Amino acid sequence: MIETRHISKSFGDHLIIHDISIIFERGKTNLIIGPSGSGKTVLMKCIVGLLEVDEGQILYDDRTFTDMDFYEKKSIRQEIGMMFQGGALFDSMTVEENVMFPLTMFTTQSMEEKRERVNFCLNRVNLENVNKLYPAELSGGMKKRVAIARAISMNPHYLFCDEPNSGLDPKTSIVIDNLISEITKEYGITTIINTHDMNSVIEIGDHIAFIYKGKLWWVGNNSKILDTDNEELNNFVYATELTRRLKKQK
Amino acid sequence: MKKILFSIGQYVDLTIKVFRKPEKGPVFRKQIANEINNLGIDSLGIVAIISVFMGAVVAIQTAHNITSAWVPVTTVGFTTRESILLEFSPTIICLILAGKVGSRIASEIGTMRVTEQIDALEIMGVNSANYLILPKIVAAVIIFPLLVIISMFLGIFGGWLAAVWMHVVTTTNYYAGITMDFIPYEIFYSMVKTVVFSFLITSISGYYGYYTNGGALEVGRASTKAVVMSSILVIVFNLIITQLMLG
Ligand SMILES: Nc1ncnc2c1ncn2[C@@H]1O[C@H](COP(=O)(O)OP(=O)(O)O)[C@@H](O)[C@H]1O
Ligand SMILES: [Mg+2]
Repeated sequence: MIETRHISKSFGDHLIIHDISIIFERGKTNLIIGPSGSGKTVLMKCIVGLLEVDEGQILYDDRTFTDMDFYEKKSIRQEIGMMFQGGALFDSMTVEENVMFPLTMFTTQSMEEKRERVNFCLNRVNLENVNKLYPAELSGGMKKRVAIARAISMNPHYLFCDEPNSGLDPKTSIVIDNLISEITKEYGITTIINTHDMNSVIEIGDHIAFIYKGKLWWVGNNSKILDTDNEELNNFVYATELTRRLKKQK
Repeated sequence: MKKILFSIGQYVDLTIKVFRKPEKGPVFRKQIANEINNLGIDSLGIVAIISVFMGAVVAIQTAHNITSAWVPVTTVGFTTRESILLEFSPTIICLILAGKVGSRIASEIGTMRVTEQIDALEIMGVNSANYLILPKIVAAVIIFPLLVIISMFLGIFGGWLAAVWMHVVTTTNYYAGITMDFIPYEIFYSMVKTVVFSFLITSISGYYGYYTNGGALEVGRASTKAVVMSSILVIVFNLIITQLMLG
């Protein structure tokens, strides 16, 4: 479980995150949704500590992250896996080296053990025969899979995904979403996903927080989101002609 | 002015972060070997060409300026050697390297910044500044002096080629010139300069890359700034060190 308590963050005079308190539950895919520029990435980077919050607290299973020193944070970091918006694979390394990287840096495993783990993770995301390829040689969907494989290589307790299906076609998007959802349930991970994709919301929205202009407007799940009377949320959900038509039919 | 002070503070902060103990010894050693190859061996060609040609030019110019019979025949060799050892090899070669290596480092690290690869390192708990910049600094401090020494030999060789070719002095006279009144301290002075320049070039370029903000355009900008700033500082420190060691 991860909890944020009244966190705020600004860049200079711009208040980007305003007093946000959310609880993200274990074994669930927790979504942070909202239009582009609403502050999802900044919120996520605050939670993982890539950005310092100005106010508020962040708790990882009752361990107060915001009170920790450098070394305590570092030990929590090894329980975190993160998938970045563009994949953020290391360009200079092969797929295998990418997935192996955290193992090389933080474990004393032998080459054989590491290889085995890498192959297991790549298998888990349905990738084969890509070990020796470089990120530049992969398709968008494959990059995302490798990014997931790297994120889970250390058996994380917490998984963060920033727009996991941005830049993918709808079908591949669903595959990636389901993959993250399966892994979350299989290993009992606390997963947080940033997205603005309504398909993901409906497919895997176990727990949903809607952010708009840096504020939290609505919390719920995918069975409630279509019937809300929150105006800002409705503008987001029924933004397209297709969804508006579906609403009329209901 | 406030901006300059801020940058200096940021640079010092980063440098402190860079000089931490690397996470894993074997990984660090592999990275250094890799960077020696990327930053040093890859620059060998350009260093060689420039050195031979500059040596030749210095020899011809010296010969051109001394037509008097009163000047000893060893002067061409002697002057060529002094110019190359004291100034040309350490300073000019390091300026060339500031352009070549500086832009490479800044754009490599800058690209990693804007594509969130640095965030990916940080999130794993890796000290990204240390992981990315220290191997480059160490590699440069090892390999640049070697490049400069190679450049010294090639420069003197270039001078000899020109001298013999254009019949300005004989091989015997040139040789007598380059071996005359040799002061080992001058080599020491050149090596001190080179080591300082190596550190400046790699750490400054690393700094501009590391704090790149935005996208591809900013990566290009960071890389230009890295080259300009490290060249300026090479020139400034050249003066400071020379004043301290020879003044
Ligand atoms: N490092 C930064 N410095 C200043 N402003 C930033 C920075 N990062 C993000 N912002 C601003 O914060 C706002 C929210 O951005 P972001 O969290 O990336 O939105 P999104 O919801 O699309 O992920 C944007 O207006 C952006 O310009
Ligand atoms: Mg975003």
